[in-house]
Amino acid sequence: MNTPQQPSRAYLAAPIRKIGALAWFKDNLFNTWYNSLLTVLTLVGLWFIVPPFLKWAFIDSLWYSSAEACRDIEGACWSIVPNNIKFIILGFFPEGQEWRPILAMIMLLSLVFYSKERTRWNKRLGWFWAIGLIIMGSLMYGGLFGMPVVETAQWSGLPLTMMLSFFGMVAAYPLGVLLALGRRSKMPAIKTLCVVYIEMIRGVPLISLLFMSSILFPLFLPDGMTIDKVLRAQVAIILFTAAYIAEVVRGGLQAMPRGQYEAADSLGLNYRQTMRLIILPQALKIVIPPTVGILLSAFKDTSLVVIIALYDVLKTTKVTLSNPKWTGYSTEAYIFLAVLYFICCYAMSSYSRRLEKELHTGH
Amino acid sequence: MKLIRLTVLVTILSLVATGFAFAGKDLDAVKKKGFVQAGVNGGVFGFGMPDEKGVWKGLDVDTARAVAAAIFGDASKVKFTPLTAQQRFTALQSGEIDLLTRNATRTLSRDTQLGLNFVTVNYYDGQGFMVPKKLGVTSAKQLDGATVCVLPGTTTEQNAADFFRTNNMKMNPVVIESTSELAKTFFAGRCDVLTSDASQLAGTRAVAPNPKDYAILPEIISKEPLAPAVRHGDDQFRDIVDFAVLAMINAEELGITSKNVDEMLKSKDPVIQRFLGVVPGNGAALGLDEKWAYNVVKLVGNYGEVFERNVGVNTTLGIERGLNALWTNGGLMYSPPFK
Repeated sequence: MNTPQQPSRAYLAAPIRKIGALAWFKDNLFNTWYNSLLTVLTLVGLWFIVPPFLKWAFIDSLWYSSAEACRDIEGACWSIVPNNIKFIILGFFPEGQEWRPILAMIMLLSLVFYSKERTRWNKRLGWFWAIGLIIMGSLMYGGLFGMPVVETAQWSGLPLTMMLSFFGMVAAYPLGVLLALGRRSKMPAIKTLCVVYIEMIRGVPLISLLFMSSILFPLFLPDGMTIDKVLRAQVAIILFTAAYIAEVVRGGLQAMPRGQYEAADSLGLNYRQTMRLIILPQALKIVIPPTVGILLSAFKDTSLVVIIALYDVLKTTKVTLSNPKWTGYSTEAYIFLAVLYFICCYAMSSYSRRLEKELHTGH
Repeated sequence: MKLIRLTVLVTILSLVATGFAFAGKDLDAVKKKGFVQAGVNGGVFGFGMPDEKGVWKGLDVDTARAVAAAIFGDASKVKFTPLTAQQRFTALQSGEIDLLTRNATRTLSRDTQLGLNFVTVNYYDGQGFMVPKKLGVTSAKQLDGATVCVLPGTTTEQNAADFFRTNNMKMNPVVIESTSELAKTFFAGRCDVLTSDASQLAGTRAVAPNPKDYAILPEIISKEPLAPAVRHGDDQFRDIVDFAVLAMINAEELGITSKNVDEMLKSKDPVIQRFLGVVPGNGAALGLDEKWAYNVVKLVGNYGEVFERNVGVNTTLGIERGLNALWTNGGLMYSPPFK
């Protein structure tokens, strides 16, 4: 093999240095001296981080133990999650009724999953959602078929996070589109109203809106009249997100060339038809990436409801950590949460990428 | 412009005014809706926090249950609203809650300016220091130049700074946002001293890798009388909340527990007979069922039982009675006569 005799040119394999893993390494990791240096430094860094982490997270760790057992080990105490999973995920939902929020969450997820395909976006889907939302609502609230009533004050954990973010997005999106159209309107009253609204909301952080809804707002209501705390937070989130979506959508509207409007006019379409059939479908498509960015941050922002003492999934975790038994294991609990949030956000962003690809008509 | 501003101001003021003007029949409102809405902490173990199953536990929680037991004869007729430190007083003022049992320190300004009435203290707290034993410190006065782990923005930080200044000592504060991170940092050796309310220090020490290596110094540098509060305007409701707390203290003094309360009904002692409503009078005076004190003790327990159950030496917190012992045992818990 070392000295093949007169190999024919056609059968000569590429030299080992040009193909395979070795060549890839050389071309990509060691192609210049500084890249080689970077590669080596990165490897050394990884060597110092990865093995200790694996040892901490998997080898020395405990997964299903008591808090006391955790005190004697060096590694991670993942036991905090299974031991408190009921409270972290479902919060105050009464015992024995756990199946209700779980079923509601599964329904919501499967409806979202089912709605993924654009071919299914028709009237039937609308009915599915309407019926699904009614069932979910009655599952959560109860009062029907002998299910005890669970007040919204007891809605907490993951169902609360999912609800706040889902309805926050679903309600904020159309509101945002309307605001964007309003801001571009030729009617001065509507235009001013939209501009004032958008700029006012964008001028304050979400926290201050939440504070206002939870602390200031109740003082202005007549005595004895209180509006549900969850609803107040939900409305604050919707109003906030809508203002940001409005600006993104306005960007899309402005990117539409004049020709599109003129073409619509020449077809004799009225304003509503122009928007619905020509402008919005194109404008909304352009702004998918920034919209998804806003929706993702809206999803993560729901954790701010902590400051008005709503028990979303972050708060339930924090409460678990204030139990002295589990106080020391915040790292483990927060890693668990981070994974949870990552899965949701990643699902959203990868779906948006797919949608973008599908809608790409290539100009 | 001026007119507009004036109109807005008047509108807001009148809205606020009507908000307060209608307040006053808190007891009627509570009776009508059939439960007490209590504001609690939500994140302090032993005082107000949900357990692994989402069931509320704690000294403050049990205090609210005692009020429900007194009014309705049913300790479960209470709903809890977790509140942040900022929200707690507004929630009471606005009528979102009827009763605040959220380890709030009674101070003059809160009692007057905020339109609240605090009742009998249900826990005497105070700020203390914890140090590693290997420092060899036995008094807080030896802490000159120490790095101090402290939570931000609370009176705790200010108290510590005041204490160091009055004693001409230098302090290097290490401010950390969350309680659990604070404890972690302290045990990792990042600071020499951890300062917090004494009730918290004990609990923090309990979860240390080696609890025996840490000592809590004898100095208590602040007074924190934690008391339930109601809003101005309904004295009868205030009295009921006050005496619900006092009933627990009085029951302990009389030796009545949730276990022996039924036997005590047969007691020949007129003091006990009056207390438990065998001889009527107290109930009518408060506008409650004559059995109200019996219900408090039967359904919630006496103060000692509640204390031991939530924060006592057999819990993770492991707090001694100290100031919270009965006056007969050298503490501050004292009840006026029930007659």
